[in-house]
Amino acid sequence: MITELTQQTTLPKHLLDFQSWSRKHIEDLFETAKLMQEVLSRPVKKVPALTGFTVATVFFENSTRTRLSFELAARRMSADVLSFSAATSSLAKGESYKDTLLTLDAMGIDAYVIRTDAAGVPYQAVRWLGKPIINAGDGWRAHPTQALLDAFSLLERLGSLEGRKIAIVGDILHSRVARSNAELLPMLGAEVWLCGPATLLPSGLPKVTMTTHLHEALRDADAVMALRLQRERMDKGLLPSLPEYVAGYQITQERLGWAKPGAPLLHPGPMNRDVELEGTLADAAQSLIERQVANGQAVRMAVLYHLLVGRKSA
Amino acid sequence: MQGEILLKNVRLVDASGDRGPADVLIGEGKILALDGGNAQRTLDASGLILCPGFFDPHAHLREPGQEVKEDLETGLTAAARGGYTDVVSMPNTTPPVDHPEVVAALIKKARQIGQARLHPAAALTQGQEGKLLTEAKLLKEAGAVMLTDDGKTNEDAGVLALGLTYAASWGLPVSVHAEDAGLRRGGVMNEGPLSFRLGLPGNPSAAEAARIARDLEIVRYVLERQTQDARHDPRLHIQHLSTARGLQLIRQAKAEGLPVTTEVGPHHLTLTHERLESLDPVYKVAPPLRTQADLEALIQGLLDGSIDCIGTDHAPHTQAEKEQDLIRAPFGIPSLEVAFPLLYTELYLKRGFPLATLIERFTDGPRRVLGFRPIHLEEGHEASLTLLDPKSERAVDPAGFASKAKFSPWAGWRLSGWPVMTWVEGREVFVHPSFAVGA
Repeated sequence: MITELTQQTTLPKHLLDFQSWSRKHIEDLFETAKLMQEVLSRPVKKVPALTGFTVATVFFENSTRTRLSFELAARRMSADVLSFSAATSSLAKGESYKDTLLTLDAMGIDAYVIRTDAAGVPYQAVRWLGKPIINAGDGWRAHPTQALLDAFSLLERLGSLEGRKIAIVGDILHSRVARSNAELLPMLGAEVWLCGPATLLPSGLPKVTMTTHLHEALRDADAVMALRLQRERMDKGLLPSLPEYVAGYQITQERLGWAKPGAPLLHPGPMNRDVELEGTLADAAQSLIERQVANGQAVRMAVLYHLLVGRKSA
Repeated sequence: MQGEILLKNVRLVDASGDRGPADVLIGEGKILALDGGNAQRTLDASGLILCPGFFDPHAHLREPGQEVKEDLETGLTAAARGGYTDVVSMPNTTPPVDHPEVVAALIKKARQIGQARLHPAAALTQGQEGKLLTEAKLLKEAGAVMLTDDGKTNEDAGVLALGLTYAASWGLPVSVHAEDAGLRRGGVMNEGPLSFRLGLPGNPSAAEAARIARDLEIVRYVLERQTQDARHDPRLHIQHLSTARGLQLIRQAKAEGLPVTTEVGPHHLTLTHERLESLDPVYKVAPPLRTQADLEALIQGLLDGSIDCIGTDHAPHTQAEKEQDLIRAPFGIPSLEVAFPLLYTELYLKRGFPLATLIERFTDGPRRVLGFRPIHLEEGHEASLTLLDPKSERAVDPAGFASKAKFSPWAGWRLSGWPVMTWVEGREVFVHPSFAVGA
């Protein structure tokens, strides 16, 4: 099965955001992800595709689900995984990002999965290292694999995203998930609406519609995504209070009714129940939240495969 | 390498214009003649430009306390290489320069180094804490030429009013970093569609304009309160202007007759915020790179004199500091060694900006702001001079900087108009190695 995958078009060397990726690249990647889903459905969920490759997960910022998802994805394809966490690393002792990465590189790494709390580090890493770099979230900038798994999950449910209205609700200004979805979903034909309090809404994202009115965003939406509300925003004066946010922007059963019947509900996690979403909605039939996590693994397997093997054979 | 030198057939350019060729005799620390004479050494300077020495009103030389980034020796050597004979150092060192003894010690050390001359700016408030004023009289006597809390942005308008009032008694200008901290909100680049798309905290142009508007109002207030016997007007100098709106406010204030001056940095005249698309901290500077419209306005302001001078805002950092991410990396670009060739190439050669005006903004403009006498290319004037090579083109190579900071947003840019010799009071403080001065 895996040998069928070697007929790829030339892919970008890195996954930093979607600027150098085409719709065709994304569609090819999703075809691979479907094959990876099949691998994950087997009793023995392991293939030798990346035998001999070493993938480093370099997390300068804490994360649980993204990191585990990437590491499991790499191991399912028999890659060796070097796991690096900043909280317990030399970085905390004052070592620079560059020196940290160069130290790892001396250990013979083939690809890097990098997360940081500040925009730009994966882009800097491209300048420092000659290896494929996967951005696993950099500050407010981008979280491309999250957007890929969101789009993949939506495609699974909706069939096609052409002309579909997708509403993303919450703290858009500080959300890398919103930015990456605002890049990717329009590439796949979707109409993206971003909705949140005016103080948490940027004005410069192309190809999307912005609104502060939840009803406008959700009306006849084909899918709804709630984003995590970061409570520290209140300390910074960007939000008056939690009840104020809940009153204006929480996705409730009633408000979800403004969307098309059965419209899937997504959340990138981690989730604050009863803040972004009415608690019970997360477990409702139209919730895709667990499906997103499952698909995340297949999508990340596809990304690693394409950047390490697919590209090599292209 | 001292003694008399005759520059044969050199082209004179100063604030009065492009004055054509002359045979300039330099000796005894002065310009001895413009029509030749006898000298121990003669240099065929055909095709080269002689102008008054450059004066930088705004450089960070990092001493005392941050010598890992730069020290007086490397900073002043970098200045001499850049054609500067005089440099104003900012007081935001560790500790801040807020005592007369420190000012005197810096000047003494700079004299021993013997490169460009140092003119320290001292803090406006003790410890740059924005509360208690420093000893302006004693600081002035020790050699300070300006008071400023620099990057600490004088949040308390009352303290700035007191500082302007008091500094005026001793003829010292006060310079301000005009950015409202509340509006800036930790921004690392120009706020706008691009910062939103890149996911970087933005610093709106309103942060600069709002603060300039406030500070100009403070100048009006201080002038109104001034006693009849005041010998000096309060003088406000606004550092490193970056926005068209800020320029508009200063232009109006000047038309009104307010004693306000301003400077612009080489980066704000040659780079725009689109450079941050690369997410490279080399472009991180405060105030941030702005839009093309701002850049065009600043060039116009420099041309019409609304902007008095070029200030490099030379801000060296270590490589490791600058290679952090965009949020943590420090603000600043080292520019003493490239400022002139950069603007010679980008403004004069590419845009036809008048050369004599450009040179004025590097020479007399800053001297006027600081209350120094201009240097004219005339007999009897001090020989603090810069010789430029307008012909040879060379790429910017940060590895070769005398500054300890070896990074530059202009790395690889091919520039002309490089300084090849610099004299301070007749002493040759820089001679380009490829440039053999005949005996």
